[in-house]
Amino acid sequence: MPAPIRLRELIRTIRTARTQAEEREMIQKECAAIRSSFREEDNTYRCRNVAKLLYMHMLGYPAHFGQLECLKLIASQKFTDKRIGYLGAMLLLDERQDVHLLMTNCIKNDLNHSTQYVQGLALCTLGCMGSSEMCRDLAGEVEKLLKTSNSYLRKKAALCAVHVIRKVPELMEMFLPATKNLLSEKNHGVLHTSVVLLTEMCERSPDMLSHFRKLVPQLVRILKNLIMSGYSPEHDVSGISDPFLQVRILRLLRILGKGDDDSSEAMNDILAQVATNTETSKNVGNAILYETVLTIMDIKSESGLRVLAINILGRFLLNNDKNIRYVALTSLLKTVQTDHNAVQRHRSTIVDCLKDLDVSIKRRAMELSFALVNGNNIRGMMKELLYFLDSCDPDFKADCASGIFLAAEKYAPSKRWHIDTIMRVLTTAGSYVRDDSVPNLIQLITNSVEMHAYTVQRLYKALLDDISQQPLVQVASWCIGEYGDLLVSGQCEEEEPIQVSEDEVLDVLEGLLVSNLSTPVTRGYSLTAIMKLSTRFSSLNRIKKVVSIYGSSIDVELQQRAVEYNALFKKYDHMRPALLERMPIMEKTATNGPSETVQTNGETDSTILDTKHLPSISQPASQVGFLKHGFSIQTCAHFRSNPNPNIAVITIHATNSTEADMTEFVFQAAVPKTFQLQLLSPSSNVVPAFNQGSVTQVIRVLNPQKQQLRMRIKLTYTHKGSPVQDLAEVNNFPPQSWQ
Amino acid sequence: MIKAILIFNNHGKPRMSKFYEHYTEDTEQQIIRETFHLVSKRDENVCNFLEGGLLIGGSENKLIYRHYATLYFVFCVDSSESELGILDLIQVFVETLDKCFENVCELDLIFHLDKVHNILAEMVMGGMVLETNMSEIITQVEAQGKMEKSERLQDVFVEFSHQDLLDFYNQMEMIQTQLTR
Repeated sequence: MPAPIRLRELIRTIRTARTQAEEREMIQKECAAIRSSFREEDNTYRCRNVAKLLYMHMLGYPAHFGQLECLKLIASQKFTDKRIGYLGAMLLLDERQDVHLLMTNCIKNDLNHSTQYVQGLALCTLGCMGSSEMCRDLAGEVEKLLKTSNSYLRKKAALCAVHVIRKVPELMEMFLPATKNLLSEKNHGVLHTSVVLLTEMCERSPDMLSHFRKLVPQLVRILKNLIMSGYSPEHDVSGISDPFLQVRILRLLRILGKGDDDSSEAMNDILAQVATNTETSKNVGNAILYETVLTIMDIKSESGLRVLAINILGRFLLNNDKNIRYVALTSLLKTVQTDHNAVQRHRSTIVDCLKDLDVSIKRRAMELSFALVNGNNIRGMMKELLYFLDSCDPDFKADCASGIFLAAEKYAPSKRWHIDTIMRVLTTAGSYVRDDSVPNLIQLITNSVEMHAYTVQRLYKALLDDISQQPLVQVASWCIGEYGDLLVSGQCEEEEPIQVSEDEVLDVLEGLLVSNLSTPVTRGYSLTAIMKLSTRFSSLNRIKKVVSIYGSSIDVELQQRAVEYNALFKKYDHMRPALLERMPIMEKTATNGPSETVQTNGETDSTILDTKHLPSISQPASQVGFLKHGFSIQTCAHFRSNPNPNIAVITIHATNSTEADMTEFVFQAAVPKTFQLQLLSPSSNVVPAFNQGSVTQVIRVLNPQKQQLRMRIKLTYTHKGSPVQDLAEVNNFPPQSWQ
Repeated sequence: MIKAILIFNNHGKPRMSKFYEHYTEDTEQQIIRETFHLVSKRDENVCNFLEGGLLIGGSENKLIYRHYATLYFVFCVDSSESELGILDLIQVFVETLDKCFENVCELDLIFHLDKVHNILAEMVMGGMVLETNMSEIITQVEAQGKMEKSERLQDVFVEFSHQDLLDFYNQMEMIQTQLTR
C-alpha cells in the first residue's frame, strides 16, 4: 500500500478541479483511501490522514469517521500527533457524541504532563468543547494549574475555568481561593484572562459580586499604571499601552460599580482621567473611550462625569470613521431614556446622520430620532423625518411610517397638522404603511370633526393623482363615502374649495372598483362608499345600477355586499337612511404600534373593603384597582411600544360615589428601585360627588428589567372638611403590562 | 463571547472556519454561506458591523468583519464583546499571520491551514480572548513548531522516497515560475 499523500498534495489536487463534481470525486477517492488506511491501524501516517480529513471537513464534506482516530492521536506520545488530534477533537467532536467522554482520561494525563505545551493543548481543548461531565471530573486539575507560576499555563487555565463555570455553575466556589492573587501578576496575558474570569464570576453570582468589590482599588491602580506608564514596546498597539486590557478592566469596573455608591466613588477619578487623556486619532483610542462612556453611564457617577460622557458620544457622531458613528448612535440609543436632556443637545447631529449613506447608521439614527421627538421639536423633527421617508430604502419605510404615526399622535400641535402629516405619509410611502394603521387613521379622521371637509378634499385630490397605494385608497374611499356631501358642496374652510360634481366623485369610486391595481379589500371599501353616498347624493339611479352589477361579481365578498345593498334599496328602503348615517365619534382604544401591543382595561368589581388601612388588594389577576368607602380608583395599563417597549403607560380614573366632593385630591405613587416613574399632571384635583365625573392621571413607568410591576400609592384629599390620607399597594397588574 | 471566526475569499470559499458553539456540519456550511452573502453585499465605505444572519443567532449577535485584498475575516460575537475592540483584535490577528508567514497571502492560508489554527489557538480560546501580545504569540507558536520539527527529523530518512524527491522538485519549479511571473 503506497504511503498516503501529504496534505499539501491533496490541497493542490483539489485546487485543480474545475467543477464541483470533479472536486467531490477527488475527495471521495481520498476519503476511501483514508478509511482503508485507518482500518490498517497505521500509526505513522495517522497524523497526516487526520490533517487531510480536517481540510475536507472545512470544505463541507462529512468527516465523522475520523473521530475515533483523533482520540488515538491524542493518546500518542508524540507532540505532533497530539496537536492534530486535539485540533481534530475540537473541530469534529462535541458533547452530543458519546465518544468524547473517552478523551477525559487522556486530557487528565496531559494536564499533568511535563511539557507545558502539551498541558496547554489539553487546557485549550477542555476550554473549547468540554462537556459538563468532563468539566466536573477535571475541574480540580484546572484549579491546580490556576495557581501555578508558569504564566503561559496560568492564562490558559483561567479561560478554561471560565468555561467550566459556564458548564457547571455550582463549581464556581471551587475557584475562589485561586483568584486571591491573580491580579498581582505582572504578565499581561494572565491579567487579561484573570479579569475575564472575575467578570464571569461577578456576572453569575451576586455574592461573588459583593465579594469582589474590594478589588476595585487594585483594578484602578492597574489601569492607572497602564495609562501613566511610558512607551512599552511589547504591549503597544498604535501608541496606547495594551488597550485590550484597559477595555477589559473598564468593563469589570462597570459591573462592580453598578448600583454601588462606594465603588462608583472610587472610580470617578480614573474614569475622568481616561476620558480626557486618551488619544482619539486611532481606533484603539476610540475603543477605550467607548468603553469608558458605557461604564460612566452604568455606574452611579456624578452628573459632571455623565455630561462628559455624552459629550464624548456627541464628538463621536462627528467623527469621519463610520464605525465610530455607528457605535455612538447605539450607545446614545441606550442612554436616551435616562439622560434625555443631554442627548437632546446633539439632536441636530443625529438628524444629519439620517442622510448618511450607510444603512446601519441610518437605521440607528432613525430609531434615535423617534426617541428624541417631543412636544417642543415635533414640527422640525417631523420635517426631517418626512424627508427621510421620501428618500430611504424600502426596508425602512414601514418602520418609519409607523414611527411617524405614533409620534404624530402623541405630540401633534394641531389637528390640521396631524392630518397633513398623515396625508404626506400616505402619499409618499402609502404602499409600505402597515395594514393595521388604516383603521387607526380612519378613527383619527372621524374624531377630528371640524377637519372633515378639509380631509376629504385633500384625499380626493390625492386619489386623482394616484390610485396604486392601497392604504391611501382605502382611507380615501372611506372618507369620500362618509363626507362626500361636504366635498361636492365646496364647504372647505382651511383651503381653497374645489369644484367637484357628484358624477365626478362616482367616476373616481367606480374607477377604483374596476382598476387592476385595487385589491379585493379596496374594492370592498369603494363599494361601501358608493352605497353610503346614496343618502348623501341625489344621483340614486347611477348608484343603484352599480350596486346591482356587482350582485353577480365573482368575488364572494363583493357579491355579498352588493346583494345586501340591493336588498336595502328594494325591500328595506325605509331603513336605508338610518343605516347609512354619518359614523359617530369612536371610543379611543390603545393604538397598535409596530410590535405586539396588549391593551388591558381595568374594571373593578364591587367588592367592598371595609377597613381603612388595607395594605394590598388581592383580586383576580385581570382586574386592578383600589376601592374604599365608595371611592374608587380604576387603573388602565397600556403598553405603548414605539420607541421604547419598556415603558408601561397607566391611566388612573378616580371616581367618588359619596355625597360630598373630594377636593385638593393628590395622587402619589412609588415604585421599586428597578423602575422609574413619571407622573403627568392630573386632569383636575376635585373628584365630584355621586360619580358625576372623574379625575384622570397618566403615569409612565420605565421597566427596563421587565420585572413584575408593583406600586405603592398614596392619596391625600379633603372630604367633608377634613383632610384624609390613604396608603395602599397595588400588586396585581396583568402580566402583559410589564412583560 | 466570540461565537465563530471565519475566513473566506471573495468568492465565498472558506479558508478557515472555527466555531465556538456547537452546530451540525450542515449548519456550519450554511452559516458560512449566509455570512458570505451578507458581507459581500457591503460597500467599501460603510461601517464594519452587521447584525448576524438568522442561523447564527439573529440580531442578538453581530458580525464584525474586515476585508483585506482577497480575504474576508469575520468574527461573529455576542453583545458582551466591544465592537471596536474586536476590530483591533482582527488587526492583531492578521499582523501575527503576516509575521509568521512572511508577507502572508491567500495561498499561505490555503496550504497551511493547520498552522493558522495553531496561531488562532494561541489568541482565542473557548470563544474568549486569550492573548493579544503579538510577540508573545509568535514566541509560543515558534517554540511548538520547533518541537514538531525535532520529532519529525527522526523520521525524515525513513520516509524519503523517489516520489517525494520528484514532488519536491516540482514544487521548486512551481515556486520559481510564480516568482518570475
